[in-house]
Amino acid sequence: MATPLLEVRNLVVQFPTRRGTLTAVDDISFHIDEGEVLGVVGESGAGKSMTGAAVIGLLEPPGRIAGGQVLLQGRRIDNLPYEQMRRIRGKEIGAIFQDPLTSLNPLYSVGRQLVETIQTHTDMSPTQARARTIELLTEVGIPAPERRVDQYPHQFSGGMRQRVVIALALCVNPRLIIADEPTTALDVSIQAQIIALLKRLCREHGTAVMLVTHDMGVIAETADRVAVMYAGRIAEIGPVREVIKNAKHPYTHGLMGSIPAVGHDAERLEQIPGSMPRLTDIPQGCAFNPRCPHVFDRCRQDRPDLIPVEDSRVSCWLYDRASGPGIEVAKARVASTHADDLQEAADV
Amino acid sequence: MSEAAVVSRFDAPMLRAQGLKRYFDVSAPWLNRIIEGQPRQILKAVDGIDFEIPRGETFGLVGESGCGKSTVARLIVGLHAPSAGSIELEGRDIAGLSRTQMAPIRQRLQMIFQDPYASLNPRWRVRDIVAEPIRAFKLLDDPAAIERRVGALLEQVKLNPKDGEKYPHEFSGGQRQRISIARALASEPEFLVCDEPTSALDVSVQAQILNLMKDLQRQLGLTYLFISHNLAVVYHISDRVGVMYLGKLVEQAPAKTLFTTPRHPYTRLLLDTIPDLDMTGRARGPVAGEVPNPITPPPGCTFHPRCPFATDRCRAEIPRPLPLDDGAVVACHGVEEGRIPAGPSLAVPEKPERLG
Repeated sequence: MATPLLEVRNLVVQFPTRRGTLTAVDDISFHIDEGEVLGVVGESGAGKSMTGAAVIGLLEPPGRIAGGQVLLQGRRIDNLPYEQMRRIRGKEIGAIFQDPLTSLNPLYSVGRQLVETIQTHTDMSPTQARARTIELLTEVGIPAPERRVDQYPHQFSGGMRQRVVIALALCVNPRLIIADEPTTALDVSIQAQIIALLKRLCREHGTAVMLVTHDMGVIAETADRVAVMYAGRIAEIGPVREVIKNAKHPYTHGLMGSIPAVGHDAERLEQIPGSMPRLTDIPQGCAFNPRCPHVFDRCRQDRPDLIPVEDSRVSCWLYDRASGPGIEVAKARVASTHADDLQEAADV
Repeated sequence: MSEAAVVSRFDAPMLRAQGLKRYFDVSAPWLNRIIEGQPRQILKAVDGIDFEIPRGETFGLVGESGCGKSTVARLIVGLHAPSAGSIELEGRDIAGLSRTQMAPIRQRLQMIFQDPYASLNPRWRVRDIVAEPIRAFKLLDDPAAIERRVGALLEQVKLNPKDGEKYPHEFSGGQRQRISIARALASEPEFLVCDEPTSALDVSVQAQILNLMKDLQRQLGLTYLFISHNLAVVYHISDRVGVMYLGKLVEQAPAKTLFTTPRHPYTRLLLDTIPDLDMTGRARGPVAGEVPNPITPPPGCTFHPRCPFATDRCRAEIPRPLPLDDGAVVACHGVEEGRIPAGPSLAVPEKPERLG
């Protein structure tokens, strides 16, 4: 496809503070195609939620887009006036947030909120909108929707509320949904239901999703492609299978190894030494270099760009043609980290 | 120590809970009950559970929110008194002891909480936080000795002894959890109750804390009760796992048995919800329903409204825990009658012998 649904070019999000300007998202570029699910993962403070908020124009002041562009179907949306952006939100880009209780107005019945949203963005009559609301509630799996439609958010359980939020996000058929940690506040069995629902509805409606989460499991189940963020930058982006099974960036590799899995019997989990740098002191060069087991001189000086490796793109100098040891050697080196650790654990 | 005490010390499990119950009265105020005719409402947070934890082992407790797992933790450390049942620490019943009787036992029983932001006093320096149990139990009284001990504790959790001068806000979530662990270890406990110790942490930090906890267990011979809603974490750290549902232990078994041959339909439902990181394309059964309101639980087996195998007996009669040959204990009429078909088992490789 010539124009991707969403294109983010060199996005920079900054926060002016008393102690200077913090860069929460530092020059990232990616795109989402029609009907595609892009997962954005990273640990707290990696900038993943900021990216989502910037795309939908909901950055909390004093945070602001300090550079770059956000294009929806080739049209710039990052510099639109508030009223125009408001029309795009909901109609063309829907949003699902972590806590369903804060996304719903406790004073209005669920039906009224849905009807209002539908009527804001379409020219349906109140009767049509109400019929559509009941249809939507049925679609998201709420039992007895004719009765539930007039109830208030507090009368719904957490999982049911998140279903209502999904119905709200989907009610005028947006092209893109930004889902920020949609299942984090829910119990595991409910989480599985919501993921399955989101997946099914987006496939049926052909909606693209930007799924922001810290949970690799959710990504593995849902996403087509995944971007791994670290300290405001994209460390690696590629097809989900490639990134999870065949991680190329040393950070992604460490992250995957640190996830305990049922059936994976290691006495010790792989651990990445240290922790993510604070936004006030991001190291020069590659942001991951102080924690990286494969660090060399260039990593400490220059910031790597995303380098294409097979189907993924990786921001790591190991994969650079000029300075790296060659792609095959680099891949083998990153992949062998875990085996060494296991050996060490066995020696203890 | 007398000979009898020596025997009981090595024969009795570190911790044994029998018929443990805790009910909470959540009724409306008395006047409202009179005027509006509302009935008394009792929340059975923990409703008769039995388990044992041998010395040096980890018992994992899993379940969804509201199943009562945190109440179990609070009962064991004495933050709640049980409504019924006993908690034996090395053969001695500690349930319902008075504060003074409990004091020497508290020293051997410590707790690590979920939120490392809320569980450390923000106005205290880390050295005072870690030294508090030492001072409270009067383990050392020479200030220089306390300082040395605090330094050693901080080193034990892989922090710098100089970090003692700092305040909690100067640390990240993972480091704070290390401070909590150092404080818990300060009174030289034998038993740690860990209530979701890694749930507030990022995965890479979670790995650091889990590795640290395993190392400490090996070095100090600690016994853990490890509570979590994350099945993979529980699988990784536990020797034996119990699954709670609405205040009852529906199944408990050695960790590997529970994950390879889950028997209770609820355990299977939980295992089915684990996201498939290996992307094997494993078919996942449909997961239906939600946890019912614990104030008015369904009659009979509380899981029957969500259970695909429920019969009339399940709707009427409460199932009793039934011990099986391989060490599992399951409370399910279907399992007892042998009418639950062999379930989807996860491919779990042989667990290597525990090191050390």
